[in-house]
Amino acid sequence: MNRPVPERDVQAAQRLAFVDCDIHPVQRTPKDLHPYLAARWREHADTFGSHVCQGLIGQLTHPRMMANGMRADAYPSNGGPPGCDLELMQRQHLDAYGCEVGMMVCLSRGGMEERNLEFGAALSHAVNDWQLHDWVANDKRLKAGIVVPQEYPEYAVREIDARAENDAFRQVILSPRSSEPLGRRKYWPIYEAIARNNLVLGLHPAGLSGGHASSGTGWGTYYMQEHYTFGTSMVGNVVSLIFEGVFERLPTLKVAMIESGFSWAPSLGWRMDRQWQQMRKETPHLSRPPSEYLRQHFWFCTQPMEEPEEPAHLYDVLDWIGWDRMMFSSDYPHWDYDDPRQALSFKMTDAQRSAILRDNAKALYRLS
Amino acid sequence: MKVPFAGAIDCDIHPAVPDVAALKPYLDDFWREHLTERYIDHAPFTLASYAPSLPQSARPDWRPASGVPGASLDALRVHALDPFGSRFAIANVLHGAVALHNADMAAALCKAVNDWIAHEWLDREPRLRASILVPPQDVELAVAEIERCAADPRFVQVLLLVMGDRPLGHRTYWPIYRAAGKHRLPIGIHAGSTFRRAPTGSGWPSYHVEDGVLQASAFEDTLVSFLAEGVFQKFPGTKLVLMESGFTWLPTLLWRTNRSWRGVRTEVPWIDRLPADIVRDHVRFTLQPLDVPNADLLNRVFDHVRSDALVLFSTDYPHWRFDGEDALPDGLSDAMIRKILVDNPLATYPRLGAVAAAERTALREEMAR
Repeated sequence: MNRPVPERDVQAAQRLAFVDCDIHPVQRTPKDLHPYLAARWREHADTFGSHVCQGLIGQLTHPRMMANGMRADAYPSNGGPPGCDLELMQRQHLDAYGCEVGMMVCLSRGGMEERNLEFGAALSHAVNDWQLHDWVANDKRLKAGIVVPQEYPEYAVREIDARAENDAFRQVILSPRSSEPLGRRKYWPIYEAIARNNLVLGLHPAGLSGGHASSGTGWGTYYMQEHYTFGTSMVGNVVSLIFEGVFERLPTLKVAMIESGFSWAPSLGWRMDRQWQQMRKETPHLSRPPSEYLRQHFWFCTQPMEEPEEPAHLYDVLDWIGWDRMMFSSDYPHWDYDDPRQALSFKMTDAQRSAILRDNAKALYRLS
Repeated sequence: MKVPFAGAIDCDIHPAVPDVAALKPYLDDFWREHLTERYIDHAPFTLASYAPSLPQSARPDWRPASGVPGASLDALRVHALDPFGSRFAIANVLHGAVALHNADMAAALCKAVNDWIAHEWLDREPRLRASILVPPQDVELAVAEIERCAADPRFVQVLLLVMGDRPLGHRTYWPIYRAAGKHRLPIGIHAGSTFRRAPTGSGWPSYHVEDGVLQASAFEDTLVSFLAEGVFQKFPGTKLVLMESGFTWLPTLLWRTNRSWRGVRTEVPWIDRLPADIVRDHVRFTLQPLDVPNADLLNRVFDHVRSDALVLFSTDYPHWRFDGEDALPDGLSDAMIRKILVDNPLATYPRLGAVAAAERTALREEMAR
């Protein structure tokens, strides 16, 4: 974390040719969105700002660790936050390591947690335009994720249908910190739109909540706890998507789990099956054991890479999840960034390495 | 498989209070009258997590013709203590008092439950031990209840539910851990929720089966809370027993906390060594319900946690976790079976270990004569 990369390593790394499933561009200032906002919303943003479910504005109530959760060397010298400068991103990451395709996940100012639904819709629309004009247009390696106001499904569907014809967009990003578990009926129109447009549902933890404590036990005190809930809160949504029968209704829906861990998936599958055996009459709309939906419909990103005490144990986990379901992600420019040269340091075959570094993501996102 | 020899220590069984009427002899005049006046003296005080009609709340052949599953001592003997050859069984009474908002009423009911289990069950069955039910709504009252019950050596642990007002490692609860440590009582944290909070970070799931699956996530977040808050450093004698939600989720927790600690250690400087090592020293898990589908995977999980000391035998009676007498999973080594059934529980519960040591001394003396 926060080590500068020696120049001599860069050449060899360029041969990696990887797909990065988690890159975070951000606006240099909120004004970057102004060209894409109607005058009414520019004025709203300047006067009222965002309205979210937490007690602080402009920062998180679980402050991130070093350098505000960013790689300290990723702050552009000309100002602005890490991730706002394409040239620096290219130099530090895309060019340096030979990134073939980078999947952008825009967490900021997309309105996913905005309480004012119409403002959230305007922000989402603006961030989607901004991704195209400020990023994809300037670097064809970058692919966009459609940002939507998830608590406003009626609008989200319109945004997805309108964006889907542009093949720069490969997925729809939702936050797992929703106001209801993501399998509930409220969100089904969003999944129907994703499925009919052959997109992927990408879930990525976001800092602001939909109004609930980050775990069933309540709010943690420390960022260490909040960070752990990136996994457990995702589990709640996986369980919800499966038991609500979303995949019975939409058999082609595919879900990418981004920055949420993956070693929990096998035991979750066992546990769901065990409970379901006794309780199956409660959810008669499921036709198969829950673990089968997990195995069939979910893909997992590597960062933050799990690090067992004995590295070989990771091999068990990958065997259980499926080597065809893991995709490399770096989380650039965040502080717990995984270096593509080092993240897959445990023993595996060349075919397995290639699957994780690029092939699985290319198949899921239909990248050429 | 069946329990292969007599003398197992069953670390999680559930005698049930049939109704508040059964507690009346153990309530003081004020509370007896007060509950009667409000017409709640026959209320069930049943936790929603353990609605008796749910399939897992009682094994079909352990379900009584009428009344609440687990309410009969005779049935417990016939169904569990005798067939599994248990030398001790630890009674965890899952009573709804802990879900009330009124801490005084909760404390009065917890006190009554503890006196009820002592008189109606422990006095009549020498194989039984019990956990002290405490009102988490008010830490001072919880400490007072621990102090009151700890004098009776048949109380061997303090009982809390995993989901309440806030994560249990929080400082709010430290006086409970101080009192428990003083009396060498492990902290038993049991599955179940008071539903003060939605069970997930994204709200309320639709189905009971989801609530059941998600207990494991609550245990993970609770254990991370104990680690992050530094409870094991503040009270080095603390033992946690995490009950009724398995342990197959543990490898993930060990790996993720080991890694995240390297990044966040300045935030939690009291964590002075790898979280995985702290967990292996301080935290234990009851066996049932076991969710691993086969023996090979189970043994892989034991490899992943790198310890044979973590799991304590439990039947979870009368909950439905297995059929027949197959209280143990297949595929365990003889040494592991011995650890799970006897050695690990004795090492975890000082008050059981003391009894066992006294018995060994008596046996040696008898043989010497």
